[in-house]
Order: sequence, then structure tokens, then C-alpha cells
Amino acid sequence: MLVTRPLASAARSAVFRHSVQASRRYASSAPTAAFAGQKGPNGKYTVTLIPGDGIGPEISESVKDIYKAAEVPIDWEEVSVTPVLKGGKTVIPDAAINSVKKNTVALKGPLATPIGKGHVSLNLTLRRTFNLFANVRPCVSIKGYKTPYDDVNTVLIRENTEGEYSGIEHEIVDGVVQSIKLITWDASERVARYAFHYAQENGRHKVTAVHKANIMKMSDGMFLSACRQVAKEFPSIQYDEDLLDRVCLQITQNPRPYADRVMVMPNLYGDILSDMCAGLIGGLGLTPSGNIGRDASIFEAVHGSAPDIAGKGLANPTALLLSSLMMLKHMGLNTYADKIEKAALSTIAEGKSITGDLGGKSSTKEYTAAIIGKL
Amino acid sequence: MLRNAFASAARSAPLRARYATTLSAGFPKATQRDSTKYGGVYTVTLIPGDGIGAEITDSVKEIFEYVNAPIEWDQYNVSGMSSTGETLFKEAMDSLKRNRVGLKGILFTPISTSGHISWNVAMRQQLDIYASVVLCKSLPGVPTRHNNVDFAIIRENTEGEYSGLEHQSYPGVVESLKVSTRMKAERIARFAFDFALKNNRKKVTCVHKANIMKLGDGLFLNTFRRVAEEYQSSGITFNDMIVDNTSMQLVAKPGQFDVMVMPNLYGAIVSNIGAALVGGPGVVPGCNVGREYALFEPGCRHVAQNLMGTNKANPTAMILSATMMLRHLGLDSLANNIASATFGVINDGKVRTADMGGSATTSEFTAEVIKKL
Repeated sequence: MLVTRPLASAARSAVFRHSVQASRRYASSAPTAAFAGQKGPNGKYTVTLIPGDGIGPEISESVKDIYKAAEVPIDWEEVSVTPVLKGGKTVIPDAAINSVKKNTVALKGPLATPIGKGHVSLNLTLRRTFNLFANVRPCVSIKGYKTPYDDVNTVLIRENTEGEYSGIEHEIVDGVVQSIKLITWDASERVARYAFHYAQENGRHKVTAVHKANIMKMSDGMFLSACRQVAKEFPSIQYDEDLLDRVCLQITQNPRPYADRVMVMPNLYGDILSDMCAGLIGGLGLTPSGNIGRDASIFEAVHGSAPDIAGKGLANPTALLLSSLMMLKHMGLNTYADKIEKAALSTIAEGKSITGDLGGKSSTKEYTAAIIGKL
Repeated sequence: MLRNAFASAARSAPLRARYATTLSAGFPKATQRDSTKYGGVYTVTLIPGDGIGAEITDSVKEIFEYVNAPIEWDQYNVSGMSSTGETLFKEAMDSLKRNRVGLKGILFTPISTSGHISWNVAMRQQLDIYASVVLCKSLPGVPTRHNNVDFAIIRENTEGEYSGLEHQSYPGVVESLKVSTRMKAERIARFAFDFALKNNRKKVTCVHKANIMKLGDGLFLNTFRRVAEEYQSSGITFNDMIVDNTSMQLVAKPGQFDVMVMPNLYGAIVSNIGAALVGGPGVVPGCNVGREYALFEPGCRHVAQNLMGTNKANPTAMILSATMMLRHLGLDSLANNIASATFGVINDGKVRTADMGGSATTSEFTAEVIKKL
């Protein structure tokens, strides 16, 4: 049911597109994805925390400590998403789903993906349950961690629900497989609108749609027309389009020109390009990620659960911390986000108390304490 | 074999003079019938293409004329800027079928759905030149952020996302078909291992997204693994990597790659990242090989319309592609001379085009190469 719902609603609204276009545009130009949570009686927001597996609990602990020290008005509601058996199927526990539904915002640590256990990945389930349609992946060079690139500042927004990852595949005859890339107008328009909204909120004056419409004329072509139509509603934001090939080439050669814009693209291209940008600044341990959805938004660390160092107090909490700062900005708590970000980045830049993966010798606790000391 | 000796020598001592052989056009010679040759002169189809194509093929023509290469050009100025060139395109295809060997620039493809399909793709599909070979190797003298990059990208050229099968099943809902077949996966995997063998390379990496496209890319990956078994005795190792991780590893630690084999679309991405690592599209040569035909073109397939007519383009990619073609025709010494002259000019660093941080024009660069010959 969860799977068919987005498709059904896409089809339905396509029928009515022409008649309701004006009102729908009005309704959605303030994106449905904007945070609408309310403070509790104690003046604090409640946020769901999914610590995750492996190093997840340690790095979550670190984030909680820092937030406490910075007096961020947030109460954490910790839940587990370890699948349970319900009616013969493995599903996410109801408590977790209800918590995210109620709070509409969550922070999530890494989950171990059991390979070949026969159930759909938890990430995919979360994505479908909460209609997480846009994946936002900013990558900024971190001072103090040297890579061949020191001028990266990219933001990439990836359509998260369809495209090449629709999961529709079949073997026609032995040895011949068709995989279907599904592009719908509604999903394209929705992610395009979020991209423009994000650009506006974050002071970037340009949106670039990345595509391969010279080859996939209809599917990527429709993605582009949706972007073009949305662009008309945002006259203050420049809009242009670029081929995937050229973007890969130019970012790798010189990422600096991409600092002024937001890139928006279909699922697969976004998956590849976002990890490529992460590679430019030193990998997934330093990059935040946010999944913006209709019913909730989940911010997460996209690196693995690192079972080899779990429980040893060596893990680097930076990715989860930066993701949580994206969450604060999503909730409009920018001053807290800026304060913590400054403390964290200057701790890394100093290089005295950094974790092993960044070339230091400190434990998670020492790194956390150093950040708290700078608040 | 001499070629292998050169390749391994150049690898162990990267600063030694570099010959065309290190570009290893040592791809498996699948072409079964000989190319057109009368009185020792080969006829080769030449399609300059759009954008900078005319300028960089002119550069090749000048050099070939200077060294008196036994090549006669059968030139077709096809342009993809409008669909009216279709007749000429068909004539060019006939010429390619006659001559079996071609050198081409890139043809422009319109984005609008009413425009014609990509003629570049049509050529590859119609001639069944299934294997694209792109070589990314750090060039002494070209300023880049990484050094010691040296890998070959073998890309399936005729199916996958480029099948061109798309339909709108309902207003606002488009399906685009990616077709993967065991037969094509097998022959490209075999090509990659043969390439590794002939060029003395040690490892073949399969790039895929089989965790998501379990059937399509799964077929590619499983076929690759099955073929790899057959090459076990040769000592070539193999592994596989998911395409998003591959792009991250490429920009962070490119040294870990040797030969990479992948379906069509990932090839477009990886070859552009690879080109960026070694100095851009202006220096990366490439070719497309099939059982019957071989077509040589710059490795990362950019039209570069912004540079058109400015005499600023870097002709290196096209010159090196042409030397790969010479070697394909068995004219190895000529190929080596031209390639080492080109590498020499780049290494000297006195005459450089804008993409390499210089201010020389295409014709000045060409003249300098000729001076070194």
C-alpha cells in the first residue's frame, strides 16, 4: 500500500493538473516540506532520535552532549528502528513511526544493512513511509582536513522517490533484462520547487538542473520542463541546465564556480554526484545529509555503521553533528546552528583534538569536549 | 611483446619519455576484415563533427601531411546542429562501412524531444562498435590536482540507458527502458580482461549499481564474475565497486584503479571524472571498437561549442586518438613519433593551449608538434 500510494496520487493529480493548477501552485509555493512543528509547554521542540547501529549510539551521545551544552531548545525522543516481526513481515516498530509522525523531524545515525535477509532496506522503508522526496547534500571543504580540493562549496538536491531506483525490472527472456526508469511530472516539479525554495532560503542565486536529456529525451526532458515551469515562479533565482557529463568534468576540475548555486537532478545522477562531491572534501565522515519529506524530514549521517570500531570510543561524530545542524536550520534555529558549527569547525581546524580518521589521536569524548569548550 | 615492455617500463619509471604505446591501443584486434587499402595507402573516413571538431581535425590533417602518413581522408562534414544533415550522415555511415576505420569529432545532439536522436549513439549502435576505450593517465607537464593517475575505462557502448526506448504511459508519467543483455555484458567483460592481458595490467574493476538494479546491473555483475573465473590463471585480479562509491574513490584516491569495465551511462560519468583528473577533455583520447569496425574519437565526447572557431581548443585528444588509429592500422612507428612529439611539446610547457594554463592557439600548438617531428 505504501508503495502504490505515491504512484496513485501522482496519476490522480495529473488528471486534474489543468483544472487545479492555479490553486495547487498557490498551495505548494510554500513547500509542504517546511517545518511546522510547535514548541512544547516547556518551550522546547521534541525531535525523534534514531541512534542507529554500530558507532551510532556513541556519535548520537556526542551530539546530545553538545546540544545540552549549547542549550538548544530540543528534547530528544529516542526510538529504535530495529525491525520487528508483524503479521509475518519485518517492519519498523510502530513506536518509531508514530514518534516521527508526531514530531515531523528526526535525526538518524547509521543503520547496518543486513545483506540478503530478504527484507526491503530500512532507509527505503523510511523514505516511503514519510514521502521523503528530496535528498539535500551540501559539501563544504573543511579547514584543517587537507584534500586536493580546498574550495568546495556545493549543494546538491536529489529526487529521492523514483527514476532509476523505481525498482521495476523484469527479465523478458533468458539473458535480456529491462529496468525501467520512471519519471513523473509531479515528483519532478516537487523536487524542483524545493530546490528553488532552498536556494532562496540559503542565499544562493542560481539553480542548475543536471540532466542527460540529449539521450533520454522524454524522461529527462520532462524533468527539465518541470524545472523550467517552476523557475518562472522564482524570478529572483537564475535558472540554467547542464549535461551530467559536463558537470562531472567541471566539478572535478574546479569546484569553485559551483559555490553560487543549487544543483537539482533525478535520483541516480544525484546519488553518484553527491558521493563524488563528498569525495572532494574527504569522504562521507564529513558530509551531512537531509531527507525532506511531505510528512516529516529526517536528517542523517550517510556513512556506514563501522562495526569494527563500534564501542571503542574512537568514532568521528562530525557527519551526524553537521546533519543535526542542517536540521536546526530547517527548524529555523539558525543561531544555535551557527554557534555549534563555528565551534566544531574551529576544533577541526586547530587539529589538536581530532579523531583518528581525520589524522588525530583523540577519542570521541575528547573531541566532543573540545567542541563544547569552544561554545 | 615490445608494446608490453614499453608499457611496464613506463609504469615503473613515470618520468621516462612517454611513447604512444603507453597509450596502449593494444586493444584486442577484433576487426576481422582488413581496412580499405590501395597501393599502401589506407582510406579512412573523417567526420570532423561540431564545435571544435573542424579545428582539431585540421590539426591532425596538417600533422599527417607533414609526416606523409599513408592515409587518405574520406571526409564528411556532418553536423548535428540541425536535422537536415541526415542524408550526409547516411553517406558518412556508408563510407565507414566501406573503410572500416574512421576518425571523428563529436556531433551535437539537440535536447528537445522533437530533435533527432544522437547520431553519435546511432553510429555506435549501427556499427556495433561495442567497446569504448578511454585512457586516463597523468601527463607530465599538465598541471592537475592528482598525479599517478593511470587507468583505462572500458565502457559498453550499445545498450543500457542509451537504448532510446521511452514512452509516456500516462500524461505526466514517462518510462525509460534500460536494456541489459547477458551477451553484451559477456563480450564487454571479455574485452576488458583481454585488454588487461595485452597491456600488462593487473586488475579489472566492475562498476555497477546492482544493489539497486538487482536484475539489470545484477546480470552485468554476475556475467563479469563468471568471465573473470576464466582469466584466473592469467593472474589478473578482479573486484567490483558500486558506482557512487567509485566516483567518490576516483576523486579521492584515483591510484587504486587499473582497468574498469561498466555499462553505458556509468561510463559517461566515470570517463568525465577520469578526464578531469588528468587535465580535461582536451588531452584524453578514446576509441570505439567492434568486431568489424573501429572508430576513433576524443575520449570524453564534448562538442565544446563555446570554443568553436576561436582557435583555442587543445588538439591533443584528437591527435592521440589519431595515433591510436595509426597503430590500429599497423603503422606503429609513425604513431609513436607523432605521440612522443605531442607529449614532448606538452612536457616542455612552452606552447600550451588555454586549458593547460597557456595562451597558445590550436595552430601554434600544431606547428610546435610538427617542429618536433
